[in-house]
This record gives sequence, structure tokens and C-alpha cells, in this order.
Amino acid sequence: MAKTATNTLARNLAGWLLPAVLILAWEAASRTGLISESVIAPPSAVLAAFIRLLASGELAENIGVSTLRALSGFAIGGSIGFAFGLANGLSRLSRDLTDTTLQMVRNIPHLALIPLVILWFGIDEEAKLFLVALGVFFPIYVNTLLGIQGVDPQLLEMGRIYGMSKRQLFLRVILPGALPAIFVGLRYALGIMWLTLIVAETIAASSGLGYMAMQAREFLLIDVVILSILIYALLGKLADSFARLLERLTLQWHPAFQPA
Amino acid sequence: MSVIALHPKHEQERDRVDAPETGRVAPLPQLSPAPPLAFSLKGIGKRFGDKTVLDGIDLDVPEGQFVAVIGKSGCGKSTLLRILAGLDKPTSGTLTIPVGSAPDRRSRIMFQEPRLLPWARIGRNVEVGLTGIAKGEVARDLSLKILDEVGLADRAEEWPSVLSGGQKQRVALARALVAHPFILALDEPLGALDALTRIEMQQLLERIWQQQNFTAVLVTHDVAEAVALADRVVVVDEGRIALDLPIPLARPRRHGSAETARLEGQILDRLFGRG
Repeated sequence: MAKTATNTLARNLAGWLLPAVLILAWEAASRTGLISESVIAPPSAVLAAFIRLLASGELAENIGVSTLRALSGFAIGGSIGFAFGLANGLSRLSRDLTDTTLQMVRNIPHLALIPLVILWFGIDEEAKLFLVALGVFFPIYVNTLLGIQGVDPQLLEMGRIYGMSKRQLFLRVILPGALPAIFVGLRYALGIMWLTLIVAETIAASSGLGYMAMQAREFLLIDVVILSILIYALLGKLADSFARLLERLTLQWHPAFQPA
Repeated sequence: MSVIALHPKHEQERDRVDAPETGRVAPLPQLSPAPPLAFSLKGIGKRFGDKTVLDGIDLDVPEGQFVAVIGKSGCGKSTLLRILAGLDKPTSGTLTIPVGSAPDRRSRIMFQEPRLLPWARIGRNVEVGLTGIAKGEVARDLSLKILDEVGLADRAEEWPSVLSGGQKQRVALARALVAHPFILALDEPLGALDALTRIEMQQLLERIWQQQNFTAVLVTHDVAEAVALADRVVVVDEGRIALDLPIPLARPRRHGSAETARLEGQILDRLFGRG
């Protein structure tokens, strides 16, 4: 038991080995003058900026604002996407009515709507929420639909033979069967969530991480710019780890998630 | 099912269950009155578009009988089974299941694939067989009991993915039997298993059938399996019954005895039109 725990810990740590080596190399390159400070600030400077901004409370506030935006946009877009995925997966009528339209809209890069969104909402919260929700909607929708359509028809027939009601059939056969695909959608959506937010905040915002980075650029504070980018990377990793945890908890039955 | 006719005179039929379990010897020298029918097919026909799959099948099966249906691929034997289990409707003819004193005349079907829910533990999978019949503790106890019958009681909390093919099929059998069906339809349930596991499963199936006393209809293309298990072998060819042969061998049967070989030969001759 203890051995397994140590193994898991070691495997988790292994993933951080490469980033650590990269940071050390980067610091060394900066110190030796191989990389000019005007191109990239050394990690030590980024760390200093981190401590400075943390002490002033600016960092926590901006992270808070961005996270809230990301999560609310995700909740809105994700739940609408999930609802459409369910409806279109379960009802042919609904699919016939809406799928074509949704597939057309899907092919518009949602970031191309930024000018329009600014015209509609200005640079207020709605603009960011709208863009994040729109970006998150499609991966969730497409994968939920795919997951439901991919449920083994033999299992559905089995459920019906054993007299499952529509509700039981949904809860015990369709939803669990669609779950692996839904998780794929969820992880895609989390990536798109951050991506959209960064772009939106960089272009039009008065608070948040993207805004912080743009402000720092104005004042040539390259250490803060790099700090923002690193924080995005960490937040993205955090969101992905959370999705993986959920996956592990709900997909225990799946051979891929069973201890070898 | 197209017709459920009432036959109140069959009300005493369950008394037979209490008969001592001294191995059923087939053929039963039928004393009057004849045992009540489990089901009766009259002129069953089934067409898919222009293709006639079944063409006037007449078959009366008494309660508790083990019938094997044999035929070449595409002869309509699986369709016959699906009609019997109520999954398909016949184009013509009637299926009659007499309604007797038994509280329910449930039929269950078992397929070539186990069709277990991969996301439900073995025990929960067996409980699927009690949908709408029992819940909670009761369902748990019943499914553990039947899992014990098939020798998997200690695996109730495991995922289906860790079981072998034969074990999965045993879970599927437990699920089909947990609600004590009246008719068990088996659609080549052993077809995907290796030869040794097959023989093991045949013995298990025979033992449970003798204990539970249901009517079994086994579709197979394995002549040896049919002769080893069934009281009666029905050969279906081009949508019709080509041979209806009683298997008067005492149980437990031995694989490869002279008598089995003779019966197998007779069936094979009919299947390949040499009869």
C-alpha cells in the first residue's frame, strides 16, 4: 500500500521534472547573458514580481476576477451545450431541427465575433461571459451528442427487455455510457475556456489577468507579462487535473482507470 | 406476444415442481393428463420485406421441457427465438402462452454476448434482472443467491471488465434467472466461448435448469451441444421445421457416447439433406 502511494507520488512528480529543468536552464541562460533581459526576464525576476504583486493584493484580485469569469462562462455555455447534446442525442426531432444550425455556427471561429461582441456589450463582463460560453458550448455539445449516439444498442435493447423505464434507461445505460465522451468534451472545453478568456481580456478588459499583462506591456514590465503567462499555464493545468480527478472518480469501471 | 389465451384448467401445473429431483428422464412416458403447455406456436410466419424468414412454424412445448433449435445460419432460428421472447412480432400466426396459476409468466432471453453494463458492478448487473420486481436489500440478497448458484458470489463487487468471457456469460445467466423466469430463451449463449468453457457452461446450465424447472429454448448451431442438453431437438430449415426429434437419453449425459453419436448423426443428415 505504502509502496503504491510512493509510486503514485513519484509518477506525479516526474511530470514536473521537465518544467523545473527548463526553468533552471532559463535562469542560467539569463544570468550568463545568453538571453537579454529585454527579451525574457529571468525566473528570479518573475518570482520577485510574483511576490511584489502578491503583497499588493493585485495578483489575487486579478486571478479572482479571471477565475470567476472563466467559471461562470463555463457554467453557462457548458450547461446549454450539455442540454442540447442530451436533447439531440435522445430526440430525433430535436436533432433534425437544431443540429444543422448548430454545426454551421460551430464553424465560425468564436473569437472572430470579438468586434461584434464589443459593439454589443462594450468591454463589460457580458462580453467575456458571452465569448467564453460560446467557446465552451461546442466541445460539450458535440461530445455529449457523440457519447449518447455511441451507446451500445445491444445494451439499450437489454435494458428494454428487462423492463427499464425511460428514466432508468437514461440513468443506468445512456448517461454512464456517454460519460467517457462527455469528459473528453469537458477537457477540451476547459482549454478553450482559458484560451478565450485570455484573448478577450487582452483585447477588451479593465481587470483580470489578461488586463494585467497588457498593462505591464504598456510599462515594459516584462517580468509581469511572463508571470501572467505562467499563471495561465498553471490555472490551465489545475483545471485539467480537476477534470481528471472527476474522471477517475466516475469512470472507475473503465479498464483505462483500473489499477493494473 | 400476439395472443395470451386463458387456460384456467392448467391451474394445478405448479404442483409438479414438488416432484422429487431424481433427474428428469426423457422421454417422459406421458401419462394422461399431458403436462400443460409452456407455449404454443401456430403457423408463425415472419417476413422482412420480400424475404420470408419463417414460414408456418407449429411448435407446442410442454412446461419444463428443454428444447434445442438447430439450423444453418440464416434459417430463421434466432428470429423464432426473438418472437418467442416478445422482441419481434410475427407477420402471421399466433404465439400462445397459457396463463396459469403462476403469478407471472416472465420470459427472459440470453444472448451470445453477455451484454453486461460495464459501469455497474457484477451484483448490480444481476439486479438489473429484478427491475420492477424487487429493490434494495431484497434485490441484493436474491442476486447474491443466484450468483452463488453460478459460482461467482465472491465477485459481486467487481467490475465486469475483470471477468473472463465465460464468467461474464455466467453473470448474464444469473441476471436472466434471478427473477425465476418461466421461459428462458437462449440465443447461442455459448457460441463465443472456448470448447472447455462451453462444456462447463453446458453442465451449469443443465444443473440450474433441473433445479429451477423453467422451460428452456436453446438456439444453437452446435449439434453436440443440442444433444447434450435438450429433451428435444427441432431442426429449422428454410423457415420450416424439418425435424422434431426427441432425445431419450438419461441425465447426466456423457459426451461422446454411442447413442449421442447416433442422434447427432441423424440431425446432421437432416441438416445437410442426406436424411
